[in-house]
Amino acid sequence: MYTQGLNELAARPLAAMQEDPALLRRFEARIDAEEKIEPKDWMPDAYRQTLIRQISQHAHSEIVGMLPEGNWITRAPSLLRKSILIAKVQDEGGHGAYLYSATETLGISRAELIEQLLSGAAKYSSIFNYPTLTWADVGAIGWLVDGAAIMNQIPLCRCSYGPYSRAMIRICKEESFHQRQGYDLMLKLARGSAAQRAIAQDALNRWWWPSLMMFGPPDTASPHTALSVRWKIKRFTNDELRQKFVDFTVPQARFLGLEIPDPALRWDAERGQHVVGEIDWSEFQDVVRGNGPCNRDRLQARRDAHESGRWVREAALAHAAKHARAAAA
Amino acid sequence: MSATGDSAANRDAPGAPLEYVLRLGDTALVLAQRLGEWIGHAPAIEEDLGLANTALDLLGQARLLLAYAGEIEGRGRGEDDLAFLREESAFRNATLAEMPNGDFGDTIVRQLLLDAYQVPLYERLSASRDPRLAEIAAKALKESRYHLRYSSGWVVRLGDGTEESHARVQASLERLWPYTLELFDADELDRAVVASGVGPDPRAVEQDWSIRVDAVLAEATLARPATARYRWYGKQGRHSEHLGHLLAEMQHLPRVHPGARW
Amino acid sequence: MHPNPDWPLYEIFVRARGGLDHKHVGSVHAADAAMALEHARDVYTRRLEGVSVWVVRSTDILASDPAEADALFEPARDKVYRHPTFYDIPKEVETL
Repeated sequence: MYTQGLNELAARPLAAMQEDPALLRRFEARIDAEEKIEPKDWMPDAYRQTLIRQISQHAHSEIVGMLPEGNWITRAPSLLRKSILIAKVQDEGGHGAYLYSATETLGISRAELIEQLLSGAAKYSSIFNYPTLTWADVGAIGWLVDGAAIMNQIPLCRCSYGPYSRAMIRICKEESFHQRQGYDLMLKLARGSAAQRAIAQDALNRWWWPSLMMFGPPDTASPHTALSVRWKIKRFTNDELRQKFVDFTVPQARFLGLEIPDPALRWDAERGQHVVGEIDWSEFQDVVRGNGPCNRDRLQARRDAHESGRWVREAALAHAAKHARAAAA
Repeated sequence: MSATGDSAANRDAPGAPLEYVLRLGDTALVLAQRLGEWIGHAPAIEEDLGLANTALDLLGQARLLLAYAGEIEGRGRGEDDLAFLREESAFRNATLAEMPNGDFGDTIVRQLLLDAYQVPLYERLSASRDPRLAEIAAKALKESRYHLRYSSGWVVRLGDGTEESHARVQASLERLWPYTLELFDADELDRAVVASGVGPDPRAVEQDWSIRVDAVLAEATLARPATARYRWYGKQGRHSEHLGHLLAEMQHLPRVHPGARW
Repeated sequence: MHPNPDWPLYEIFVRARGGLDHKHVGSVHAADAAMALEHARDVYTRRLEGVSVWVVRSTDILASDPAEADALFEPARDKVYRHPTFYDIPKEVETL
């Protein structure tokens, strides 16, 4: 999955101007030559901070993203679906782990990152602040949310920062399973009973617009993308990726016999692409500011897990310390 | 190795009784369901992944066993019919498996007590005279050996960790210990499978179990609880109050949409 | 809510299949080495990615400094005579 936050929380272009010009020139020449930047290499502070923010937001999104789908693990309607869902939610935990690991190469600890998430200082993808109300939501998340994530993640595999790029390659390989199981789940519902078709349509109605918002604000309102693009952290703009997603998804919905909940949606033959209606960015801003339907619940669930696991983590450390002492003695 | 195969060899090989396969399958299923509740809420991300792996293994075992049970029954019921459409009293899992997750210590002690049971059980079932059961057990054994390694490691860390963790996990052990009696309390069915060479003598499994559990408890500086007298009989369909709630949650969707495919 | 101390960081190396080198794949946090092995298995080999895993405490790794890369690696650049292509062998000489 993915975080939309990288544009709104901008790299600081001014800070880049204060770096040693010779080092900065050499750094940018390496970027231009498509060389990867590795953890111990010199990098501008703004590059480091942008990456820490972006990769950790991505990691937080994976971890928080376990919750809405995890909500259905105990209620999956067949043993095979239960297995698939557990494997999928487990993968998200794995993706979170890869990404925290990549972030830590930039000189920040897991504990600090978790603290930023739990205190509310760090953002995660707003999509996970929507509730999963029916089993069809599990399908819609796989199909739409993971579908949108893949659009964004494939270019990140070529990100200039080596550890992030490598983590993304690993993630993209696994993410394709996520999207396909979601579409397969929707297909079963769409070909099922009237009641099953109804929850499938309802899920599409609720997840369509938030999925489009996952790509972040329109380019016209996202003035900070430039430096991220120049440093090859980001390769495409929000609107480019959103358009690609729409053009892929509309025919998929048609195949399911489901209706995209957008009366203004039309095909523009001249441009060879779909045109969607107005996106309600005020809803997006509300959810980002913490007023989505589940913001509080999601964060509370993470805090509870962290707090109730504290004695376990401490015990493991204490045990290891005793043994280290015993071994040294 | 089909249960409905009609070769002379298969006719001669004693098949496992339906009830016995349900005991094995339901225990794996109910325990997997409990572990599934953890995912996203574990003490560390890496532990979310570990618990999920164990849940997936157990779910895989449950599916093989319930599918086989359906074949033995011969009424056309598959794994999902058996998992989602049986009532509480038709479940044959060991009561221990349905105990609520509690804190991580409760979960990991429950896991140790069941892993240390499944390993010697599956070891012996791998040599069952029922070839299908032997095959399933041989596959499950590899998984259960890993589960036992995982749960043993954690019980040792928590038992021999901090004062708090030691006290907590000793309390978990006291709470869950009474439910272990059922595992080794041979009833008529257990005796029948021993006689036919399908399943092991529960006393032999208990000896192995005791050795393994005692070794872990010793390393964990935990005391083995005194044996309580009360016996539970989940394996005969008489459960604790907890199973009904677990099944209500697990089964509700297929029951609301009868006949639907997912 | 004060931050917990992290479990130590371990670097993870996985051998994809027999005959290949162990390759660095990332890191995990774990309280001890045995736990690190289990975490590495769960985080990095969910899809048969490995047949063997090494775990090493991150603090036990000494890495070369990129700023010294010139001093460390450039001196190998002009030793062209180390490479077989340096030598012109007449065509008539076979199997060399």
